[in-house]
Amino acid sequence: MSTETAILTEAITTSKPPADHARKVSFRIWRGDKEAGAFVEYTVNVTEGMVLLDCVHRIQAEQASDLACRWNCKAGKCGSCSAEINGKPSLMCMTRMDTLPPDKVVTVEPMRSFPLIRDLVTDVSWNFRVKKTIKPFKPRKPDNADGSWTMFQQDIDRVQEFRKCIECFLCQDVCHVIRDHHKEDEFIGPRFLMYTAALEMHPLDTEDRVGDLKNRDGIGYCNITKCCTKVCPEHIGITDNAIIPMKERVVDEFYDPITRLFRIFKGKK
Amino acid sequence: MTRSPIPLPQVRGFLQTQRTDYWWVTPILVLLGLGSFVIYSTWAAFQGCNYFIGGIDQPGVQRLLSPFYSPVLWDPTGINSGHAWFGQLPGWWPSFIPFSPALLILPFPAGFRFTCYYYRGAYYKAFWGDPVSCAVGEPAFRGGNYRGEQKFPLIMQNIHRYFLYAAVLFIGLLAWDGIASLQHYNADGTRSFGLSVGSLILIINPIFLSLYTFGCHCMRHFVGGNHDCLSCSMDGGKAYRKVTWLNQRHMLFAWISLFGVAFTDIYVRLCANGTWTDWRIL
Repeated sequence: MSTETAILTEAITTSKPPADHARKVSFRIWRGDKEAGAFVEYTVNVTEGMVLLDCVHRIQAEQASDLACRWNCKAGKCGSCSAEINGKPSLMCMTRMDTLPPDKVVTVEPMRSFPLIRDLVTDVSWNFRVKKTIKPFKPRKPDNADGSWTMFQQDIDRVQEFRKCIECFLCQDVCHVIRDHHKEDEFIGPRFLMYTAALEMHPLDTEDRVGDLKNRDGIGYCNITKCCTKVCPEHIGITDNAIIPMKERVVDEFYDPITRLFRIFKGKK
Repeated sequence: MTRSPIPLPQVRGFLQTQRTDYWWVTPILVLLGLGSFVIYSTWAAFQGCNYFIGGIDQPGVQRLLSPFYSPVLWDPTGINSGHAWFGQLPGWWPSFIPFSPALLILPFPAGFRFTCYYYRGAYYKAFWGDPVSCAVGEPAFRGGNYRGEQKFPLIMQNIHRYFLYAAVLFIGLLAWDGIASLQHYNADGTRSFGLSVGSLILIINPIFLSLYTFGCHCMRHFVGGNHDCLSCSMDGGKAYRKVTWLNQRHMLFAWISLFGVAFTDIYVRLCANGTWTDWRIL
C-alpha cells in the first residue's frame, strides 16, 4: 500500500484527519443575539482542502452545537453563508483555509450592515422589501407573429453578467453608504442598482427607471469606492458595468443640457 | 424601506476594522502619488518659464514644449517661445493677477482627472477617508450627514463629460506638439527633420493620454453604453467593445499617463534650465 493510499484509508476509516496533515487553527466567532454578544474562541483541526464553512461545521459538531449559521449549497451559488472573515465580507463556503494567514486567529462575524438574529445569522429582509419597490420588466410588443422576440447575443451579454448575482448581499454589507451612513431609506445599495441596470439595459424593456434612480433610489450616494465589486463572489463588475452606466444615464436625463435637448427631438427609449 | 437598529457593537471608530491584511497600503500610495503630482504640477504651473526649448531663437536642439503649457495662448512678457497663439501677454491683463501660460489651460485636464470615475473613488478614500478602505471605519463626524454625490457640492462631478470633450481636444494639441518636436532648427536658420529623446517623450505622452482618455466611462457611454441595443449601432458595437477593453484598464492608464505627463514636463524643464541636454538620436 502506498503512502498516499494509506493516508486516504486512514482518513476514511477514522473520519479524522491524519495527524501529520492537520494543523490547529483558532477562531474568534461572534456569539450572541440582538440583546448582547461577544467573541468566543474555538480551536479546531484543519486539514487540506477545508473551507471556512467546514471549520464552522466542525465547531458545531464538536464544541458548540447551538452555534447558529445559515448555509445551503456549499458551492458559492446560494448566497446563504455570507459573513465577515477577518473583517472582509466573504462567503464562508468559498474561503479556503489555505488562503488565510497561517498561525493567526481567524475572526468570523455576521454581516455588520444587517440586524443580527443570532450568532452568524442576520436579518436581510430589508433587501427583499427594496426589491419589490423597483419597477418590473416591461417588454415591448412581440416582434414576431408567434409572440416571440428577436434579440442578438451581444445585446443581452451586458445584462447576463448581472444575472450571475446570487444575492448573498455582501455588496450591500460592505457599501459604506449603508454600513456607516445608514442611508437605507434613501439608498437601495449596489445589489439593487445592478438589478435596476439589468432591467434598464435590457433590449426588450420599455420601462423608464432613471428618474427613480436619481430621486428615490439615491444613486448619487454611491461615490464609486468599488468595495461592492471587490467583495462580489461572482466577480461581477458592479461599479463599472452597472452603477456608472446608470449614473451616466441619470446625467443624460437630468444634468446634461445638450442630451436633454436631443431627447426633446428624439424622444425617450 | 425602514429597518430596525443594529444591536451589534458597530465598528465606528476612525480606521477601526477587523481586517488583518495590508488594507492601508493602497490609500497611502494614492495619497503620495496624487499628492506629489498635485504639488509638483501646481509649482510647475506657477513658474511661467523653462517650459520650452528649441525654435528659431534656440537653434541646434529639437523643438520641445511642456504639456503643462500646451497650448500657449500668450507668452509671459519678455519670453518668446514660438508656440504662443496670440503672441505676448496683452496689456489689459491685470498686473495684480499672476500670469503663467499654464494657469489658463491646466484647469481643463485637471478637471477631467478630478471628475474621473476612477480618481473619484481613489481620492475619496485616500484624501477624505470616505471610507479609507472597504470595511474600515470612517471619521465619526460624517455619520448621517453624508451627502455623497447626491447633493451639492459633489453633484458637480456630473460635469465630467464636458471635461472629456476638452481632454480629447488637448490630446490633439499634444499630438501636434509631438509632431512639431521633430523639427530641428539649424544654426543657419534652415529647418530639418530631427529625432531626440525629448521628441520620443513628447510623442509617447499623448499616446498614453489617449489610452486613458478614450477608456473613460463617459466615452464608453457615448459609444454604445447609452443604448440598450448595441447591435443597432452603425458599427455593430465594435467601438463599444474597444472602449470597454480600455475601460477595464482605466486605472492602469490613469496612473501611467499621470506620471507620463509630469515626467514630460520635468524633462523639458531640465533641458530648458540647462540641467541636462536633449540627446539627438537622428
